[in-house]
Amino acid sequence: MTIEETEREICEEFELFEDDWEGKYEHLIELGKKLPLIDANYKVAEKLIKGCQSQVWLHSENIDNKIRYSADSDAIITKGLVALLIRVLSNHTAEEIVQAKLSFIDTIGLKEHLSPTRSNGLLNMVKQMKLDALALTTNPNV
Amino acid sequence: MNIVATPYTPLFDIENLRKDFPILATKVHAKPLIYLDNGATAQKPKQVLDTIQNYYQISNANVHRGVHQLSQQATSLFDKARQTVQRHLNAAKQEEIIFTKGTTESLCLLAATFENTVIKKGDEIIISEMEHHSNIVPWQVLAEKVGAIIKVLPVNDAGEISIENFKKTINTKSKLLAITHVSNTLGSINPIQEMCNIAHQNNVLVVVDGAQAVPHMQVDVQQLDCDFYVYSGHKLFGPTGIGILYGKEILLNSLPPYQTGGGMIKTVSFAKTEYAELPQKFEAGTPNIEGAIGLASAIDYVNSIGFELIQRYEQDLLNYATAQLQVIERLKIIGTAQHKASVLSFVIEGLHPFDIGTILDQQGIAVRTGHHCTQPLMQRFGIPGTIRASFAFYNTFEEIDALTKGVNKAVKMLK
Repeated sequence: MTIEETEREICEEFELFEDDWEGKYEHLIELGKKLPLIDANYKVAEKLIKGCQSQVWLHSENIDNKIRYSADSDAIITKGLVALLIRVLSNHTAEEIVQAKLSFIDTIGLKEHLSPTRSNGLLNMVKQMKLDALALTTNPNV
Repeated sequence: MNIVATPYTPLFDIENLRKDFPILATKVHAKPLIYLDNGATAQKPKQVLDTIQNYYQISNANVHRGVHQLSQQATSLFDKARQTVQRHLNAAKQEEIIFTKGTTESLCLLAATFENTVIKKGDEIIISEMEHHSNIVPWQVLAEKVGAIIKVLPVNDAGEISIENFKKTINTKSKLLAITHVSNTLGSINPIQEMCNIAHQNNVLVVVDGAQAVPHMQVDVQQLDCDFYVYSGHKLFGPTGIGILYGKEILLNSLPPYQTGGGMIKTVSFAKTEYAELPQKFEAGTPNIEGAIGLASAIDYVNSIGFELIQRYEQDLLNYATAQLQVIERLKIIGTAQHKASVLSFVIEGLHPFDIGTILDQQGIAVRTGHHCTQPLMQRFGIPGTIRASFAFYNTFEEIDALTKGVNKAVKMLK
């Protein structure tokens, strides 16, 4: 599936919760709880994305020229958002990742969590995911 | 709409009072706003908003500058504002009131002008573990510049400073105590008068951060006998961008100027420049005239209710909120000092404050989460942050009920 296709899939899932903030956040919390835990070895200071309130650890790997991410956060809602971002961006090439606009966040009504004024580290995480993708690829073709 | 399970005699007509604050009728996420973040900034009554608008519509001109009518009017309003602030703090003279941008700028002004005047190499500056970053960092910078030492008064588990510890920390090298009147995170009220007494017996000057105190209580700087007192207008129901530095005249006169340029000079020539007297010496440039006038209007408004009533009501709110929240499983209140202003910080074991705050926000409830610009305090308590509800006199018991319900809902969703 392309990045856009995954984004569309997520938008469809969240359509159920358009007027139902409780359902939306319950779903996000569920996603967060299901997020596979990052290897403890990677939950270190170097992997920490700086955010004011909740912390995010990100580990990126290059497997056959596709970037695979694993991550964790100490806040559950942040974990849910992290799970969505990984679902969309993981297992794609650096080129695809860097060009991803991630408009699905706005569509599902969670844009505020990714705004620069929001101090939860998520925006920085997205930036880091793109930087890591470039750094891990020998021929980025971007 | 009726109040509360317990019998309660209303101290004032809160429904009417809330009508003075237009923003309280606003909705967030399609729900009525429940504003419990007064520690961050307070809402403004329409009296203050009208004063500011009227100033621009009728009296706007630059102050201390002109011979024309409008300039006289503006200057008169500005001077009267200063006198209102003076009376409010019971300062001996209006020259002891300096208008600044806010608490942080007031503290930076002092830290800058203390360099090699009040504080020299080897001197000791005493602060506390509960200070806001604005009452820590300027002193750190000063200490590094001159080679002074910072001593930190610890806070006990209840969030209190010990007078005994303070007495033990003072020595012949101590020159300054910089202390908060009320903790923005814990709500603890510090024994400022007693600390000033002890400080002065030991030739130590006292700077008091009153940002979180002035909205909740009457402050009398002569009674406290502090040397400097600072606060921000926007926490006292006034506009943003205006703050106060009170200093004893003799001390302010002994300090060099801070910002320089127009407004703070007597005469300027390329050979020599003479500075103005107080208070202009510390007010370079065109002041925040609307801010000063707006602040004076806010002070008048609060005086029309009366601090005695405000204090009693806020204590009732605090007691009610404390009782409601502390029965929630795994909830721990951070800051249980014997004397507190209406600030309530708490954590819930196993849950991140950010998650709780996000779910409260979805229910229209505005609280603050995080370290509240008191990172050393968070380290002391071993927590990443708290959820903080801070009450003002326009908050209601129903809003506290909503907060309790909201927290319970958040816990249920996050478990």
